[in-house]
Amino acid sequence: MTEDPDSLLVCRLRAGDEEAFANLVSKYRGTMLSMALGRVPSRAVAEEVVQDAWVGVLRGIEVFEGRSSFRTWLFRILINRAISAATRERRTVPVEDMRPVVDASRFDAAGNWQMPPEPWADQADDRLTAAKMAARILTALDELPLQQKEVVTLRDVQGLSSAEVCAVLGLSQANQRVLLHRGRSKLRQVIESEFGGAK
Amino acid sequence: MPRSGRDLVCRQAVELVTDYLEGALTNAQRRRFEKHLSDCPNCPEYLAQMRAVIALAGTAMPADLTPQMRREFINLYRRWRADVVHDDHGWH
Repeated sequence: MTEDPDSLLVCRLRAGDEEAFANLVSKYRGTMLSMALGRVPSRAVAEEVVQDAWVGVLRGIEVFEGRSSFRTWLFRILINRAISAATRERRTVPVEDMRPVVDASRFDAAGNWQMPPEPWADQADDRLTAAKMAARILTALDELPLQQKEVVTLRDVQGLSSAEVCAVLGLSQANQRVLLHRGRSKLRQVIESEFGGAK
Repeated sequence: MPRSGRDLVCRQAVELVTDYLEGALTNAQRRRFEKHLSDCPNCPEYLAQMRAVIALAGTAMPADLTPQMRREFINLYRRWRADVVHDDHGWH
């Protein structure tokens, strides 16, 4: 296993350091809320799920053995709480889409670009542009199908490894890659249109 | 541009980008993908855009705690600490 980036904070939390707890909450709460919102019907329920997950963390932290990273354990607790809440609230999970990641009309009959991507990758480095686009990515994540949103959020926003994401969400590596690919491709499309490119 | 039957076309290449970035292609698949990139005027930009999106997502952190939320979580923690210290049976 790779080294746990939160091991120091977890040590301090166990030792009674409330700042360490606040730092962990601050680091993960936004992502947890966003993930809970995908699975439960209302913001109020999602807030409860997140609160409940942190209670679960405090209850379990004494026996948490570090076999997985803290964040893997944390997000598993969150997902389990969200699933229970969603069952209670009887929310059905939307069906995943299976369309190609780039609209078929952008390729010619042979499969080559006829409406190729306009170049903007270079401009995405500019600090002001990057801040604006990063904010757009957060709203675009909420529009993705649930599993794609969860995978891309954990991998690309929170920086979990593919093994950690598979452990949190109970996915095979291959499924994780498919979801990541579809989610990232849609984000690219959103950013493309922000830069004024094809739909 | 003309291609032999075994060469990738752009429509296939865009579906392989994540497997490529994840190191999940076989050596033969990776060579085909990279050959396509070196021949194609557009797919390198597409790959660069996917990398740019990943980098942008890495800087996109959801909103931070408000001071009031922070106080509430600190209170939650203090209740837990008080129970752990005073109750050997843990927190119920």
